[in-house]
Amino acid sequence: MSAPFEKTDDSVVVIIGTGAGGGTLANELAQKGISVVALEAGGRYLPEDYINDEWDSFAQLAWTDARKAVGGWRVARDFGGLPTWIVKAVGGTTTHWAGASIRFQDHEWKALDSYGAVEGANLLNWPIDGAEMAPWYDKAETKMGVTRTGGRPGLPGNNNYLVLEKGAKSLGYEKVHTGRMAINSLDYGDRIACQQTGFCFQGCKWGAKWSTAYTEIPAGEETGNLEVRERCHASRIEHDDTGRVTGVVYFDADGVEQRQAARLVCVAGNTIESPRLLLNSSSNMFPDGLANSSGQVGRNYMRHVTGTVYGIFDKPVRMWRGTTMAGIVQDEAHHDPSRGFVGGYELETLSLGLPFMAAFLNPGAWGREFTTALDSYENMAGMWIVGEDMPQEGNRVTLDPDAIDQHGLPIPVVHYDDHPNDIAMRDHAYERGMAIYDAVGATRTLPTPPYPSTHNLGTNRMSERPEDGVVDRWGRAHDVPNLFVSDGSQFTTGAAENPTLTIVALAIRQADHIAREMSAQNI
Amino acid sequence: MGNIDRTTMTRRGLLARGLGMTGGFVIGSGWVAGRTAAWATEVTAIRPETMATLVQMARDLYPHDRIPDENYVVAVKGYDTPDQAPMIEEGVALLDGTAADHGHPNYLGALWETERVDILTALEGEEFFHTIRSGLVTGLYNQKSVWPLFGYEGESFSEGGYIDRGFNDIAWI
Repeated sequence: MSAPFEKTDDSVVVIIGTGAGGGTLANELAQKGISVVALEAGGRYLPEDYINDEWDSFAQLAWTDARKAVGGWRVARDFGGLPTWIVKAVGGTTTHWAGASIRFQDHEWKALDSYGAVEGANLLNWPIDGAEMAPWYDKAETKMGVTRTGGRPGLPGNNNYLVLEKGAKSLGYEKVHTGRMAINSLDYGDRIACQQTGFCFQGCKWGAKWSTAYTEIPAGEETGNLEVRERCHASRIEHDDTGRVTGVVYFDADGVEQRQAARLVCVAGNTIESPRLLLNSSSNMFPDGLANSSGQVGRNYMRHVTGTVYGIFDKPVRMWRGTTMAGIVQDEAHHDPSRGFVGGYELETLSLGLPFMAAFLNPGAWGREFTTALDSYENMAGMWIVGEDMPQEGNRVTLDPDAIDQHGLPIPVVHYDDHPNDIAMRDHAYERGMAIYDAVGATRTLPTPPYPSTHNLGTNRMSERPEDGVVDRWGRAHDVPNLFVSDGSQFTTGAAENPTLTIVALAIRQADHIAREMSAQNI
Repeated sequence: MGNIDRTTMTRRGLLARGLGMTGGFVIGSGWVAGRTAAWATEVTAIRPETMATLVQMARDLYPHDRIPDENYVVAVKGYDTPDQAPMIEEGVALLDGTAADHGHPNYLGALWETERVDILTALEGEEFFHTIRSGLVTGLYNQKSVWPLFGYEGESFSEGGYIDRGFNDIAWI
């Protein structure tokens, strides 16, 4: 049978979401001859559609459905209705991501063993490790064309990188380079080399950056085994009396409720929507939400320790020119508790255009301290902090009892409090970042607060024991044999690395497992 | 003499009364112009004095000495609607009242920026302040005509990106 599929066809795999996890999984399964229906809440936008204007692009791509941010994090104060900066479109947040593709360090797979118990944190070891993941990382890097892997050269450094490199090396840092990036330094696959245009966050108009929107999705569709249904918002996963899932209820592009039957269901709607869907799928058999016997669905929300340091110099930098995130300092990424915290952090180049700089430099600020900084926009360099934050049970996604979205579904509430370890790490990173720019002669440095979260992790975490988490080592729900989680919500811990490469590697591995189990008639 | 309102007796109070305002002049029914006459705009729903005050408030919140008044006018012009007018008139009345509390005839009668900043600081918790301030973040900085004043170049795709146009041209490093 080939796409499109009947809604009553219960032989198909239904995947919810088409981003790094869902989009990759969909193509991998389709390539293996498995029938897949992918439900995507957003519309389809391709490079020719992307808009190199920050607010216009935000209006085109961002997930702006009603959400609440609460808790002690500053995002709740500054952006109470926008806890995340992620994408609602075919390709999901792989349209927006910056391309940084670095592997977890070995010790990070075993955070509890590596760091010991941390008070207030809900640390756990992943049930898998770096050795097991190595071949899947290889496949992911090959698929995505990651630079500085597989013999592919690094990207050239832009102005923003050259400032970072000079300062970092002045301080004695050694692991300083233009990153391992899923942005082509040479033509690779069907994608051309980076043209140094900037606007990586707004969708790459050259298609030089890997995004499932124009790689995995069309490749899967070409097999005839993948049907992507755009603007279809999953609202509930249904199950039978034996506790196996049987289909997915969704609202189609016209807002009409539909149901797609399924042999198995893979949830990949990003770390906010995935637990929301499971919680909204509660039933008599699963009164606390589907696959939630552990009570961990929605908990342990992680978003990385982030923050940005901008340096102002007496001469122009023009940081917006070129690849946004092709620059990294990895010398602080290791675990060294003598710094006053466990885990580590990466420092990566980042720039915003003037409109977003005004919105995010210091939200709520006004007056000359703020505007004189903007006056020096042309002379700014910027770096982003990406560090491991602590999983905490109280940091969680819940359903709002008082507010519903356009489909009548309870909206998600995202609660986050910084752990003392997070704060200590951020303060350390601010100090190091400012020192890097001071070493190049910065006349002013700005430790800028976190933006709405782009890295959203952990709310359906992977665990060896069913009581500790939601899914097993394959991403399969402990409680439901034919339900999988395929996005960053399965992360047990966040590590210090940008998560996309690991999400893709896990999806390739999961596809292999699902195909094997289906073939053996185990699911 | 003790009962005389000192604010009307100071030099700046007299100046303010004489000029009506420092941020802009009412130049006719429904029209308001800038101090330098570099800009003029028609208002339909709010008072011309109110528009002049809003423009000054916008500049005081996000002062960029190289950005002309026109851009601040554009940033607040959207409030000149029947729907918004009551909120705006009430807010500007609050601004003028607070200015009086600080010893000025009205907001525009506070001649130094630092004096007006004190007035704005006193109003930071007010919804009116929040509305105007947050609206300016997009209303001002998303105007393409201000971008060159910051050196920002906007999109480069139409010119082939910066691969041959200076993505790594920093010479001083």
